[in-house]
Amino acid sequence: MITAEQKPLKEIIDYISPYDRILLVGCNECVTVCAAGGRKEVGLLASALHLHCLKQGKTLDIKEITLERQCDPEYVEELVSSIDSADAILSMACGCGVQTIAERYREKPVFPAVNTKFMGASEAQGIWAERCQGCGDCLLGITGGICPVARCSKHLLNGPCGGTSYGKCEVAPDIDCAWCLIWERLKALGMEKRYEEIMEAKDWRPAGGGGPRKIIREDLSL
Amino acid sequence: MKTESKLERVLASGNLAVTSECGPPRGALPEKIKEKANLLKDHIDAVNVTDNQTAMVRMSSCAASIIIKQMGLDPILQMVSRDRNRLAMQADIIGAYSFGINTMLCLSGDHPKFGDHPNAKGVFDLDSIQMLQTVRKMRDEGKFQGGADILNAPKMFIGAAANPFADPFELRVMRLAKKAKAGADFVQTQCIFNLDKFEKYMEMVCDRGLDEQIHILAGITPMKSVGMARYMKNKVPGMDVPDEVIDRMAGVPKEKQAEEGIKIAVESIERLKQVKGVHGFHIMAIEWEEKVPEIVEKAGLFPRPVV
Repeated sequence: MITAEQKPLKEIIDYISPYDRILLVGCNECVTVCAAGGRKEVGLLASALHLHCLKQGKTLDIKEITLERQCDPEYVEELVSSIDSADAILSMACGCGVQTIAERYREKPVFPAVNTKFMGASEAQGIWAERCQGCGDCLLGITGGICPVARCSKHLLNGPCGGTSYGKCEVAPDIDCAWCLIWERLKALGMEKRYEEIMEAKDWRPAGGGGPRKIIREDLSL
Repeated sequence: MKTESKLERVLASGNLAVTSECGPPRGALPEKIKEKANLLKDHIDAVNVTDNQTAMVRMSSCAASIIIKQMGLDPILQMVSRDRNRLAMQADIIGAYSFGINTMLCLSGDHPKFGDHPNAKGVFDLDSIQMLQTVRKMRDEGKFQGGADILNAPKMFIGAAANPFADPFELRVMRLAKKAKAGADFVQTQCIFNLDKFEKYMEMVCDRGLDEQIHILAGITPMKSVGMARYMKNKVPGMDVPDEVIDRMAGVPKEKQAEEGIKIAVESIERLKQVKGVHGFHIMAIEWEEKVPEIVEKAGLFPRPVV
């Protein structure tokens, strides 16, 4: 899923300070799962903003709405009835959600309340870690199910650099060396030979090197 | 001969090769490069010119290599994949070759995190193995990585780095095999302090017949003090400094430690000369270049062969 973290409150306040009426929009998808921008976080942020304004002797009108999916125009349409009574929109969705709103409601300023981080998976309660960079040409089938593009700090495709130490990456002790993981996995699967096959220079076009990416599914288009 | 590289000729002649290292200055100070190179010139066959080493900005390895070449020495142009995509790499290789530089070393490079611009985006378009493939393709097929023909293709004698001590150990020989397969003609190893482990590595290298495919230059670093030894043991990723070495350095008075460090380096060379597959030495005297001639002489590697 796409992970996110709330921005510092000060940055959010700076964005919305010129406005009196805010539409605060959460999303029920990824940001709910990673507890950054779901219904609960919308409520908490609204309280924090109210409290801040109270201290400033100011009132702020905040309308809270959490959409099913903010990156989907169909759900973003649900904001139509609330949009006129807001001066600005504060979105707690990932960057995709913020942009879907910006595109639909061109006359209203929209601000992000979270920083979109990465595509990751949950490692433990409250811990998410990067697993995929969306390179558009999945290598997991030949790397034992562990991605060197997302998980090696240098995106090395042909094995570990000289900086590996006790299975950890030289960049930080809490980062596993992706190539140590791949190697252990290949061994466990009896696929050690695969390591010696050279992975050729990657075509980065599907990874974004060819410009912003798009999927067009004719079979699904209306 | 694949190239006009002096290092290739020395290695082909069966002599033990000697290389060393020269880090370009952090400023437009060509005289600094010349000073360092002058200290080394009679005692080495070729000198590595580092490329933004430890991810700190320095004079470009290409420019510094040209200065050294023009002094009549043979530079080994280091190139890291951290700072260049495949276009920039190939452009610099052509540029360097146009100045007569014919030997290079392909590296992935330290992560930007360790340098003075930790906020930079590392490029890593190719990894070091793909870079080796690229340089070989330029030389042997006369083609760019993208497939087009090169006019007067650069012919580089191609080097790589090998760290016999990094994890996982069992993978290290396979990684060397992969580098040989990708086009490396020679490798320079990480500094060797754990000689037992290195000898074990070399045995595995020879068992696979890799010593027939690739020239291995053993990395030697003299230590100035016990402090430096401890720092390398504890702080430098992928470095293996056994306790005996630390104890030996600590066992002599402070003012004698530098001398002891040189002694250890010389003894290491003497021992490694006997190891099958070791075809030379890469002496990395970090900011201590003036000691290289002494080490080379004491280790019986002087005078250098005329080839």
